[in-house]
Amino acid sequence: MIKAILIFNNHGKPRLSKFYEHYSEDTEQQIIRETFHLVSKRDENVCNFLEGGMLIGGSDNKLIYRHYATLYFVFCVDSSESELGILDLIQVFVETLDKCFENVCELDLIFHVDKVHNILAEMVMGGMVLETNMNEIITQVDAQNKMEKSEVRIFDHENSQSPSYI
Amino acid sequence: MSPSVRLQEMIRVIRSARTQGEERGVIQRECAAIRAQFRQADNGGRSHNLAKLLYVHMLGYPAHFGQMECVRLIASPRYSEKRVGYLGAMMLLDEKQDASLLITNSIKNDLSHSSQYVQSLALCTLACMGSAEMCRDLAPEIDRLLRASNSYIKKKAALCAVHIVRKVPELGELFTPAARSLLSEKNHGQCVTRDTHTYMPDLVQIMKGLVTTGYSPEHNVAGISDPFLQVRILRLLRILGRNNDAASDAMNDLLAQVATNTDSSKTAGSAVLYETVLTVMDIKSESGLRVLAVNILGRFLLNNDRNIRYISMTSLQKIVVTDHNAVQRHRGTIVDCLKDPDASVKRRALELSLALVSAVNIRSMMKELLLFLSSCPPELKAQAACGIFNAAERYAPSQRWHIDTILHVLTTAGGDVRDETVPNLIQLITTASDLHCYTVHKLYRALITDISQQSLVQVACWCIGEYGDLLLRGECDEIEPVQVSEDDVLDALETVLQSHMSSPATRGFALTATMKLSTRITDNVDRIRSIVSIYGSCIDVELQQRAVEYNALFKKYDHMRAAVLERMPVIDKSSPDHSNGESGGGALKEVEPPKLKQGEAVTAQEPANQVHDGDNSQDGHNTLMYSCDNLGSPTLTVYEKNGVTLKLHCHKQSETGLTVTLTASNSSDWDMSSFTLQAAVPKSVQLHMKAPSGDFLPARGTATLTQTVLLNNPNKVGLQWALWIRMSYTSQGSAFQDTMQIDSFPGPACH
Repeated sequence: MIKAILIFNNHGKPRLSKFYEHYSEDTEQQIIRETFHLVSKRDENVCNFLEGGMLIGGSDNKLIYRHYATLYFVFCVDSSESELGILDLIQVFVETLDKCFENVCELDLIFHVDKVHNILAEMVMGGMVLETNMNEIITQVDAQNKMEKSEVRIFDHENSQSPSYI
Repeated sequence: MSPSVRLQEMIRVIRSARTQGEERGVIQRECAAIRAQFRQADNGGRSHNLAKLLYVHMLGYPAHFGQMECVRLIASPRYSEKRVGYLGAMMLLDEKQDASLLITNSIKNDLSHSSQYVQSLALCTLACMGSAEMCRDLAPEIDRLLRASNSYIKKKAALCAVHIVRKVPELGELFTPAARSLLSEKNHGQCVTRDTHTYMPDLVQIMKGLVTTGYSPEHNVAGISDPFLQVRILRLLRILGRNNDAASDAMNDLLAQVATNTDSSKTAGSAVLYETVLTVMDIKSESGLRVLAVNILGRFLLNNDRNIRYISMTSLQKIVVTDHNAVQRHRGTIVDCLKDPDASVKRRALELSLALVSAVNIRSMMKELLLFLSSCPPELKAQAACGIFNAAERYAPSQRWHIDTILHVLTTAGGDVRDETVPNLIQLITTASDLHCYTVHKLYRALITDISQQSLVQVACWCIGEYGDLLLRGECDEIEPVQVSEDDVLDALETVLQSHMSSPATRGFALTATMKLSTRITDNVDRIRSIVSIYGSCIDVELQQRAVEYNALFKKYDHMRAAVLERMPVIDKSSPDHSNGESGGGALKEVEPPKLKQGEAVTAQEPANQVHDGDNSQDGHNTLMYSCDNLGSPTLTVYEKNGVTLKLHCHKQSETGLTVTLTASNSSDWDMSSFTLQAAVPKSVQLHMKAPSGDFLPARGTATLTQTVLLNNPNKVGLQWALWIRMSYTSQGSAFQDTMQIDSFPGPACH
């Protein structure tokens, strides 16, 4: 099971944090900081697997991370997940983001956090891998976005006094 | 102005804040605005406000006031608001909050919604944060959805079902029939669930299909047909075949095929191979297959990609117990990985190396491990030291080698070893009697080089104290002897005593060692005496006590000193005192005079310390004379010497208490003044002395002094009424003092 998915930049600022197990808000922030400490110490050419920090389950859990330019993508998983499989999953996630945002960069993640969450929700649900086919994911996300936009337009016609939303 | 831009506007403003304080201010203002807007009844921009709040939450600021807003948004008919509401629910709510119960109904309604995306939102949220009650309520709905015709929904419902089963295991049976039908479908995504035995032939079928189909354009990750599914199925096969022979047989061919056909040049292929190997190892596979698996792992070990090396070592760790010899073949590579700059790889290599140590390769492995210890990262030092000790203990080819190894570890990583190392090493040294000379020379050299490693210093002090004569003799067979004089040795010990790097325990060791040397050296006994008396006023209570006792050994009990401080016998490893590690402590306890308590003033009920229950009663002698006095209850004369007579009269007071009256009389020709009595009792007894009638004993028995003593034994432990009395008085200008022991009290009334 995946315990948490974190994206933060080279200075430790969180860009996305999704926890699949309950932690208090303070603990969540501490986990993010601790993970950043552990991951940022790593050299460039070492392996992508780490023992989990104290707060997130210790040595039962592993941190599988990938470093892309200015962002770290960290998946905290327990022993039931295949490490190489998760590594591939991170790759698929990033490629999907790239497709959805057209050459994704950190700013896209910053200003469209909710969209990133929606994409992630199509891939991982309840801590388990849902869908790994990039095209499938993108199809679903596009359909949902279309539905949202069409809804807004309908309501817009009805409430002609309220300011236009798009 | 578009609210979605307002979200981005807010983000821009937050990012432009230059200091943490500024950022906090901006966020507080925004939160206040959001709170105000939430309070308004109907507001078009609710979803955007919540989105802003979620961003703020991600940065770590409190956002719990948005919980009710989430509930409201989820109930809204609009998709965009539902979306944000559910996202908020996943991030802000959890099973412990009460608000989560409120959304149960909304989720229920949404699960029957006409739009599949709304259904999927509900399923997603339920899977993320559904509590046990919610799961129980909504399980029938999920079951219904599992049978729906829409594959998109089926997938999500399946995962939701898994979450429910995790939370509420009883509901697992509810979902089994649905799961069965799922498997017969071709859609790969649905196979990502758990199930029971009967589906195994189906699975094997699917797996074969996947492997033989080859290139499948839909689910392709770098040329391997759907690796995630393959991995999942393999894991399932592993669970199924773990204790099941029939299942394992059926899987053998398939696994062999997968192992040989999968291309391992890409990560995805390696993932599949890795799972195959793990499955082969876990199930009862035939030996040929196991050899194949180990060879694959060996190939992984030589791979340039560190990730692959890491996971191969992880899996080798699992199989080293069962297939020890197979893994031994790769020992060389594993030992090389100890030098890898990557800390994770180092850790794995260390664990694996420790598991691979055997009687045959102990010497070479130990060399490598010791080399590793001197350069390893600090978090691995303790584990490495512990592992080295265990290995050395099990496979040491000779005692000298063993001692050398332990000393080497202590010099390099002395701060990280466990506390039992010191007594273990001491015990080892005492057993190696022919190596005493060698050991003490080596330890002396180590001591004068460096006194910062506490364990090493403790052992060195102990050895020098014990075998100091061997050191001073200056000859040794096994090692180049050190020519030292007694002063050098005492200097070394004194340095340890005075250094502020030494812990209190270490200083204790050094002091005792110094004391022991007093019987082993001839010239500098005065120096030792002065050292010991200096520490009689040390602030550390433990050291002070020791010094005072050693002083007493020099003064009062000098005749016993040699006997007390002689060489210790070989320590038995299982004896309880062993853990103490201290030498003369045991012997000294016996001759220690009991600590006495002032009995003048009315004291609190403090039990006297230091006095042992059973020990001293044996060497007490009774000069008891029974005499009956007028009162009918017996009086005992406990002391009669130098004209002083002390009589003891006891009355029984309660079940656990005893009252004793001491009467003193003076039959000599001289008056006695400042007559005081002090008493001590065993630990289990409480003592309470009343004020004496006076302190002047006139001569020739003209008057007597009495003092009442209350004894209380709340535990009724054997009713041991042992009592020590010390009397002191001045007669003819000189002070007298004497001690006596009373360990049985007269008369049936007293028992």
